Amino acid sequence: MADKNRGARIRQREPLTDAQMLMFISIGIFAAMYLAAMLTLKGGFLKPQQIFDLLNDNAALIIIACSLTIVMIGGGINISVGGVIGLTVMSCALFLNKVGVESSFLSILLTFLLALGIGLGFGLLQGFLVSYLEIQPFIVTLAGMFLARGLTTILSVNPVKVQHEAFLALVKTKLKIDWLGYTAKNGNLIPAKIEIGAIVAIAVVVLMYLMLRYTKLGRSIYAVGGNRQSALMLGINVKRSIFWSYVISGLLSGLAGFVFLMHKPAGNASVAMRGEMDAIAASIIGGTLLTGGVGNVIGTLFGAMILATIQKIIALSPLNASWWQEMANGAMLGFFIILQSVVLSARSRGRAKRLTREKAAPQPPEDPPPSA
Amino acid sequence: MQNEIVLTMRGICKYFPGVKALENVDFTLRKGTIHALMGENGAGKSTLIKVLTGVYPMDAGEIRIEGIDHPVVVHSPQEAQSYGISTVYQEITLCPNLTVAENMFIGRSKGRGVDWKAMEKRSGELLDSLGIPARPRQQLGSCSLAVQQMVAIARAVDTECKVLILDEPTSSLDDKEVEMLFALMRDLKARGVGIIFVTHFLEQVYAVSDQITVLRNGQLVGEYAVRDLPQVKLVEKMIGKDLEDLSVIKKHAPPAGENSVNYYEAENLSSSESRPFDFHIARGEVNGFTGLLGSGRSESVRAIFGADPATGGTVRVDGKHVKISKPLDAMKHGIGYLPEDRKRDGIIADLSVRDNITLALQVVKGMNHPISRAKAEAFADEYIKALDIKTASSDTPIKSLSGGNQQKVILARWLLTHPQYLILDEPTRGIDVGTKTEIQKLVLKLAEEGMSITFISSEIEEMLRTCSRLIVMRDRKIVGELTGDELTQEHVMKTIAGGEQ
Repeated sequence: MADKNRGARIRQREPLTDAQMLMFISIGIFAAMYLAAMLTLKGGFLKPQQIFDLLNDNAALIIIACSLTIVMIGGGINISVGGVIGLTVMSCALFLNKVGVESSFLSILLTFLLALGIGLGFGLLQGFLVSYLEIQPFIVTLAGMFLARGLTTILSVNPVKVQHEAFLALVKTKLKIDWLGYTAKNGNLIPAKIEIGAIVAIAVVVLMYLMLRYTKLGRSIYAVGGNRQSALMLGINVKRSIFWSYVISGLLSGLAGFVFLMHKPAGNASVAMRGEMDAIAASIIGGTLLTGGVGNVIGTLFGAMILATIQKIIALSPLNASWWQEMANGAMLGFFIILQSVVLSARSRGRAKRLTREKAAPQPPEDPPPSA
Repeated sequence: MQNEIVLTMRGICKYFPGVKALENVDFTLRKGTIHALMGENGAGKSTLIKVLTGVYPMDAGEIRIEGIDHPVVVHSPQEAQSYGISTVYQEITLCPNLTVAENMFIGRSKGRGVDWKAMEKRSGELLDSLGIPARPRQQLGSCSLAVQQMVAIARAVDTECKVLILDEPTSSLDDKEVEMLFALMRDLKARGVGIIFVTHFLEQVYAVSDQITVLRNGQLVGEYAVRDLPQVKLVEKMIGKDLEDLSVIKKHAPPAGENSVNYYEAENLSSSESRPFDFHIARGEVNGFTGLLGSGRSESVRAIFGADPATGGTVRVDGKHVKISKPLDAMKHGIGYLPEDRKRDGIIADLSVRDNITLALQVVKGMNHPISRAKAEAFADEYIKALDIKTASSDTPIKSLSGGNQQKVILARWLLTHPQYLILDEPTRGIDVGTKTEIQKLVLKLAEEGMSITFISSEIEEMLRTCSRLIVMRDRKIVGELTGDELTQEHVMKTIAGGEQ
């Protein structure tokens, strides 16, 4: 009987954890919002291409939002990601124009490595300062942001358009899926188009999900964010875990820069301005807690999609103005944070109640007592 | 009974700047025994544990562990674990956001990946075999504190654990949960684990332990079998006065007369931290709460002052029903409280002596009636003189004063509010002998002038000198009240230890 119990106990469905709960809320909100847009705005929202467009346009945001999620789960913050994208885009644009076209494959590969290298450099430096020198992450990454923006302007004050033909060809390369397409008025079939960046972004989400769930590093980052002191006592190398979270975050920022350039092949001092804020918002809306220990990149993907959908809805509506969009984003963020705290406190109240009940009757009798 | 020794510590010394935390301490642990480590605050219990687990390096001594034929030096808790020494701390050192299974295995698996299935299976088996009511996939934060504590123990014993250290594991558990924990401890004992049990609850020691080692002031008092050491002897060993060589001091405290009026009365008063108790104090009376550390004496006075939220009971001040739910209420009814932890609850380190003195008065008057600079100066100078506070000026930040003088400043703070009833919780801890006597004298003088005073001290001698009535607490309950002829050290110790022995 004991054996049977054991099996049953492991297979038993657990109530949702706080993190899962928050993630499902954001998926639900995204679905509801998208449905509402389909019903009221119709037009593009009825076509699958709309979803792909959201992904195409926001691939870089999704990637840096994932990078923020990882850092935030570990209890940190990284506000340099937007700056790093800006610097990467500018550097890569200049680099591509300089190398010319001799070997197109090699130059693109080198550009890609340059992007990752810039991100890695920021990640290593910031990770070292935050974890080993124990400087406040906010300060370190604020400095990183200023540094990146400053370097971008030094590289070029004027916008730099990419002239590299092979790269421009790459920008135009799109995955076409016929059966998800639609027939235009003139009878032509227009297939659904997915950019490389969108595929990269989805791959990043999947990889980071697996990293966070199935590697020791991933679990250590959760543990450190949950309770740093405890994590130390549990034998986790706290400093190394934090260090790596910033390194990954930096690498992903560099990658996001490259993806950005593949979407809009031009460098500009204001590229991804305030991108870090959108990324933080996406993480939080996706269920990541700023206090650390709770979060999930799948939720973050939906958080980013919620922001993207708001943007699209407003662009299609008569309210098309940037302040409307910002207000909508702000309202969404406020709404979600309130929802989070309401849900979490309701759950912890329920939990407390259950525990007192269990305490009152700690051992439910195994067998019903024989009725006398 | 197995007598194999698993752990020997010989001649352990540990010095901190200016303090001998451990001097030449020996400790021996046998297989399959529960060994209580006892001592008052500052006796060196936790230092000894920290030396053993590698948190502090030791300055001298030798540690031997069964199965290793050379003395070992432990550099970190992880290294201690590799020798089979695991520790479960008072504060739960697990991560509430992870699952029960993860908390049991994180940080000690090999490789880079996480095999959830295997981990949850193994965790389920372990929880079952130890009878711990938790599920592997449950979020740890949703378990009760007792279960979390037990999960920590399960983690500790799953490693090749020979020595399990339980550091104050029961302090936040209720009676039922303590029983659950004891059952688990006995089970582990039967499996041959040597358990070091650090606690300040006397009854719990006698409920589960086999051996007791007593430390006092960083020195070994002795190791005893539980059956050879009655409770009263244990208390003696811990407090450290042999009854014979006691010089009894005649106290000059005014006895509370039959017809004296109670200034403060409480019936069934309880707070979030203390159990219901009755208490009263007359005008001009000096009484005291005594008991070992953790017996609930500080919690009781905190309840009187409203420092912990009250949960029940009725309070009368000066004959009138009042409600005291926060310190400000108490202050408005003429009650002052000098907290036990001067650094944390008492001084505002960066403010000047003057500001620290006028703080409580300002609060009582309300922020809309500021005390003028000139008045504040006058008050500060008056009390600096009256209490002989050694400070460069009233402008000096309080943190640069010595402990004794800081304490006097806090005392001045309360005297300035002219309280009718003053509670002093450990006012003489960590200050020099001269200041101690001064404070004792001051207490008696204030009482003569009609102030009611409740005095708490770890030193029984000091209490006997100042108090005319002692309320004795043990394991969070009032177990006796001593007055008149009963006020002898012997009597107090017997009451602290429990009359049955």
